[in-house]
Amino acid sequence: MKYIKQLLIILCISFMGEVLKYLIPLPVPASIYGLLLLLTALLTGVLKLEKIKDVSVFLIEIMPLMFIPAAVGLMDSWSALGGILVQVIITVVVSTIVVMGVSGVVTQMIIRREEQKTNERTVL
Amino acid sequence: MRELFCDSVFFGVLLSVSTYELGVFLKKKYKTAVFNPLLISVLLVIGVLLVFRIDYNVYYEGAKYLSYLLTPATVCLAVPLYEQVELLKRHGKAIVGGIFAGVLTSLVTIFVCASVFGFTHQEYVTLLPKSITTAIGMGVSEELGGMATITVAVIILTGILGNIIAEAVFRLFRIEEAVAKGVALGTSSHAIGTAKAMEIGEVEGAMSSLSIAVAGLMTVAVASVFANLI
Repeated sequence: MKYIKQLLIILCISFMGEVLKYLIPLPVPASIYGLLLLLTALLTGVLKLEKIKDVSVFLIEIMPLMFIPAAVGLMDSWSALGGILVQVIITVVVSTIVVMGVSGVVTQMIIRREEQKTNERTVL
Repeated sequence: MRELFCDSVFFGVLLSVSTYELGVFLKKKYKTAVFNPLLISVLLVIGVLLVFRIDYNVYYEGAKYLSYLLTPATVCLAVPLYEQVELLKRHGKAIVGGIFAGVLTSLVTIFVCASVFGFTHQEYVTLLPKSITTAIGMGVSEELGGMATITVAVIILTGILGNIIAEAVFRLFRIEEAVAKGVALGTSSHAIGTAKAMEIGEVEGAMSSLSIAVAGLMTVAVASVFANLI
């Protein structure tokens, strides 16, 4: 029975996300509103983690499968890119590597600088 | 025989899941990034459809039930985030700083590439939201006058690429902190990157989930400024 109840709660929050998307005129998907709603509910204690934990662990584990259908759709959209296909691929490769590197390096730099500060403080 | 496959409700899902499982098996056996289960699955499914001349729409008719779960699964990403909330509070500044740097870098590199290759305004804005989650990216592309269907294709390509190259990029840039790895994956390659982050670890997964939302919203705010540049 617990799986049904957990699924019910998750579907409710997904639906509430869709309601918010309908009401707020921003290009933000229902899933992001839902994520923020669920996080708020957990943080405020309105919803206990055990009430959704098992089903959410299952859904997150099978998440990569959910991208397969859309990714296979690439076989149809290639033609629309026509003459600029190679340039687009180069742009995607360069930009993805650089973005991943920069965001990771900046995050790591700030973390280490702050840790150093706390260490100095404890030494003093 | 062919009709049986085409009419079956389970064929699409079965083909997707079995090729993914084969990818998992290959990865376990050879332990190289090339055998990325998602990549293997996508290539094999495309191969099967081409060889047996099955239309994408026929495959999608069954396989769409996998995509159907994407919204509730994304909602559930709040769970790892909640479990790591202490870490989030402690490193708030670093996380937001890293995501913002990534969002700006994404827009700048696309602007530079578009200038070099001489893309039109429409082609340029189609690529601008490539690193953020599909649903936000489609909206941004449409609003700026891009081709939303191409944006979706480019976003997915970015995600798969990020998923495959993550470990190599972390070595190249010497990214060792779990929080930084998560931010890097979520900011550069959205939910498909987050699937990878979940594999690496709980902290990485949580930070990556957070980055999808934050990077998406930041891009909504900044992309229109960049759109006017070409």
